[in-house]
Amino acid sequence: MSEEVYIIGADMIRFGRFDGATPPGLSAEAALMALDDAGLAINDIEAVYSGNCGETMVGQRMMQLVGQTGVPVVNVTNACATGATAFREAWIAIKAGICDIALAVGSEKMGKGMLVRKNRANEVVSSEGLVGSGSMPAVFAEMGMEHALIYGTSLSDFAQVSVKNHFHSTLNPKAMYQRETPLEMVLESEMIAYPNTKLMCSVNVDGSAAAILCSERKVRELGLSSRAVKIRASALSSDPFTQRNLVMPDINTVSRQAADQAYEAAGIGPNDLDLVELHDCFATAEICHYENLSLCDEGQGAELLRTGATTLGGRIPVNVSGGLLSKGHPLGATGIANIYEVVTQLRGEAGARQVNNASIGLTHVVGLGSACAVHILEKPSRLKA
Amino acid sequence: MTVTNTVHTALKAATTYLHFDEKGEPYLRGVRCTQCAQIFLGDRDHCAKCFSRNCMTTVPLSTSGRLYNYSIVHRSYTGVTVPFISAVVDLDCGCTIKGNLLEIQPAADALDFNMRVNMVFRGAENANAAAEGYVSHFFVPAQENVP
Repeated sequence: MSEEVYIIGADMIRFGRFDGATPPGLSAEAALMALDDAGLAINDIEAVYSGNCGETMVGQRMMQLVGQTGVPVVNVTNACATGATAFREAWIAIKAGICDIALAVGSEKMGKGMLVRKNRANEVVSSEGLVGSGSMPAVFAEMGMEHALIYGTSLSDFAQVSVKNHFHSTLNPKAMYQRETPLEMVLESEMIAYPNTKLMCSVNVDGSAAAILCSERKVRELGLSSRAVKIRASALSSDPFTQRNLVMPDINTVSRQAADQAYEAAGIGPNDLDLVELHDCFATAEICHYENLSLCDEGQGAELLRTGATTLGGRIPVNVSGGLLSKGHPLGATGIANIYEVVTQLRGEAGARQVNNASIGLTHVVGLGSACAVHILEKPSRLKA
Repeated sequence: MTVTNTVHTALKAATTYLHFDEKGEPYLRGVRCTQCAQIFLGDRDHCAKCFSRNCMTTVPLSTSGRLYNYSIVHRSYTGVTVPFISAVVDLDCGCTIKGNLLEIQPAADALDFNMRVNMVFRGAENANAAAEGYVSHFFVPAQENVP
């Protein structure tokens, strides 16, 4: 296949709530930070892939803020997989030989509280609460309840995911929250959709993240190999037909498909991973994704968590950034923020939350509807000039 | 239990797949793929499972089934009555649909996976204040589940 693609710059703003911020402004901030990380300027960028769920033409409007170079700009939306999809489009462009350096950026300006879906064109009255629930907390609650049905997973098993990820975020200065939440606090917080309590739901925050992707040839030419993280695999799947998928989104199958494709493309297995940033939009999801990503055997997700394997210092730390649960989940930015975390870890620059000897990491996001993106990244190794 | 003829003929269908038969009784309509026999909720032309085109024939959906999965929703959109049980039901005809499960405590202790449920049709305003004037399907525990 064509030459390898590397990440030569990556950054994210600290996630939070920023009155008056705009998606183009948020994107511009992260894009400039990623350019600075790579030591490049906006006129070095040959193509831009911009992810945002709420507005149109955010990529061009960002360029109007940082430099109108006239390069192709593509706006991407793929629900919560938006950022990772924009990143993958940049990877594809370089793989195809169309350009050598591309910018992937994602941003979101979120409201506070629960996401409210607009009525579809053919919907006479809102189906929410009338024909069951399609709210995100309920959809992912049902994902957890299916796991409970098959394996007997308990409410406190799921709650323990929140305890872990909130702990991790105390070590991440870019997370929305740096506050530990003991098990009792998680269990006693407001019930949103059983079994997900409020502290088991991701935080809706504003945020942005960006990455600069570069061909191997250009990495050598620019002499940037010492911090260049290799993209070992990029996989994207849509939901294949399964029996209940149209009513109860089958988040497992779409994830398994992308994960399996990514492992095959990278020529590695789950045991080769040193860390994972996965889509913990709700605490229930994380345990299911341990199995979807083959980090453990079927039905062993809760046990994997209990052993501490997925906590910082364990065998396969998961969401050391604090995850969506505590770092925050600005939809269009999330996929690239996960990539930023793994890049930072693989460069050995993660400070207090550094995973020892991190060589290979995996990122995973799911957009409901559905899309799943998985990327496998490898630590920098000096390339010959 | 179904609403009486005089009540529901005055009501409009809350969903695109709720229809009224010649007697004015509400029912849910789906389609069956003539190639692979998969049943889908509502109308469609092509098969998402076997990819056949223009292969659908309409069918009334079963009015009974089993509770496959659920969540108990405590916080929802403005106007929605909470808490309610969002139920995923495998209908006896082989189609899976969602609906609110009524007449049982909205608590995990009270609910059994796989319990038998029946479909009923009622005024939608009890679930969502904004749905006054509409009729929708709901589920209730089948008699065999009631102690």
